[in-house]
Amino acid sequence: MSRELRILAPTAILGYGFPEESFLKAIEKKPHVISVDAGSTDPGPYYLGVGKSFTDRQAVKRDLELMIQYGLELKIPVIVGTSGGSGAKSHLKWTEDIILEIAKEKGFTFKMAVIPADIEKSYLKEALAKDKIIDMYDSIPLSNEEIDASTNVVAQMGIEPIVKGIEGGADVIITGRAYDPTVFAALPIKEGYNPGLAFHLGKILECACIASEPGSGSDCMMGYLHDDDFEIEPLSDERKCTTLSVSAHTLYEKTDPYRLPGPGGLLDLTHTKFEQVTDRRVRVSGSVFHPSEQYTVKLEGAKSVGYRTVSIAGTRDEIMIRQIDDIIEAVKARTKDNFRNKEMNYKINFIIYGKNGVMGNWEVIKEPAHELGIIIDVVGDTSETANTICSFVRSSMLHYGYNGRISTAGNLAFPFSPSDFSCGEVYNFNMYHLLKIDDPTALFPVKMVTVGGEQ
Amino acid sequence: MKITLMEAAKVIRSKNAGPFTLTFDILFKDENYYNTFKEKQLLTKEIMAEAYKCDVDVIEEIIYFDPSKAMKINIHRPIASGDVGERDVYGAQQHVPLTKLEFEI
Repeated sequence: MSRELRILAPTAILGYGFPEESFLKAIEKKPHVISVDAGSTDPGPYYLGVGKSFTDRQAVKRDLELMIQYGLELKIPVIVGTSGGSGAKSHLKWTEDIILEIAKEKGFTFKMAVIPADIEKSYLKEALAKDKIIDMYDSIPLSNEEIDASTNVVAQMGIEPIVKGIEGGADVIITGRAYDPTVFAALPIKEGYNPGLAFHLGKILECACIASEPGSGSDCMMGYLHDDDFEIEPLSDERKCTTLSVSAHTLYEKTDPYRLPGPGGLLDLTHTKFEQVTDRRVRVSGSVFHPSEQYTVKLEGAKSVGYRTVSIAGTRDEIMIRQIDDIIEAVKARTKDNFRNKEMNYKINFIIYGKNGVMGNWEVIKEPAHELGIIIDVVGDTSETANTICSFVRSSMLHYGYNGRISTAGNLAFPFSPSDFSCGEVYNFNMYHLLKIDDPTALFPVKMVTVGGEQ
Repeated sequence: MKITLMEAAKVIRSKNAGPFTLTFDILFKDENYYNTFKEKQLLTKEIMAEAYKCDVDVIEEIIYFDPSKAMKINIHRPIASGDVGERDVYGAQQHVPLTKLEFEI
């Protein structure tokens, strides 16, 4: 009989939570590893740029407490990928601190591997000069100036640094930015399992029960990896995996369901088969990993582009609604004129909910709604500029005398006082490139730490 | 017979595939609809460009995925996720123009 390696994915993102009942059911099945992906670029560039997590500390601590307690009990590794949401040094430190706190409170003693994924700017400039950085999008050209402007730059590590952590005897492994499936695929590939199946299973497990019906980002999924196939099943009786739910997940958030590039190679699903084994369990076979001649890792960087202040209001006046575009233009012009002698750099962006607020130019319905939500979004080069401009735009709009106005007391309904919100810095992704490397572990040094015990 | 995509599909969704690409997944209700759309290549890059008022060349290859009876279309984002002027950081609410498209089958 073929051997089996069981991988537990408790939740789609560390901090999204999971029912303890599902988790304990999984523990009874004696998994060989508990892995969780903790990050994504989906919440936008802010979190990478500023170095904060998009998940909440208490929620992350709650998930980690259970994972570490049972990981230690079963003597199996607990692996966390892309710590703190974006996987830069401050995110990794944040996660490490939470784990140290848990160990202290619970009296746990264990070995932990900490694997950062930050890339030095001097290294990047050298790599750029030596043509080792490949553009993925013409729209973001890379230069030394852009490298200098970024606040955090990380690269998505492959399985190799994580394998080093496992080989070093770590009970807990936390990584900086890692390719999502690596935390699930590292142990099986080290044990000699087929990397195509291991990566494909990892790709599905990274979102835990999103690949089941009904889908959930906060429930446990178990993967059963064999030499020639893998099977996947949710722990909660309320959910099931179907060939459709599992295969459809292969499409999710990827540009091509047949060819999924990652660090060191390409996952090829051209000949993948999905079979229903029981009404809740699906078997997958035929996925192949093609190692690439040149190992590459994806770089992610973000830079600050200013400071944001936002004001939220609404209008219910049909005379105003009919003229909303003209009013916006007039208010923008009034603002520009008012500060024309001041050196202020800013952008004013109106988002009008009820009139193309979500779709913008792609909107198919041209008629505005009977009421409009108005968001005045100002990004300035300083926080003061953003506040000044937002305040001026808001007051100008409140009292703007448009054609045919009957509501001479004011044009806007504000739901809040204060009406304006200073939101702090704004970032954008200024690096999303591939970096050619020779040694898949060199950029990701594995630091072993003894946690708890006599210190 | 005329049919909207909403009538032929059970899932029509949009999402980021990285910060610079929007990816649209259409999961058809049954094999017949899927095969009809696949064999006749009913939904083309040109129709997609018209629905989203964008240039044909920002629309990448249209891919059919038999295991899910699904098709996938990718658009290079006009504004990267989270850039100033963004309306949908996750890209999760850009599917609606697809639902309204009508096809002769």
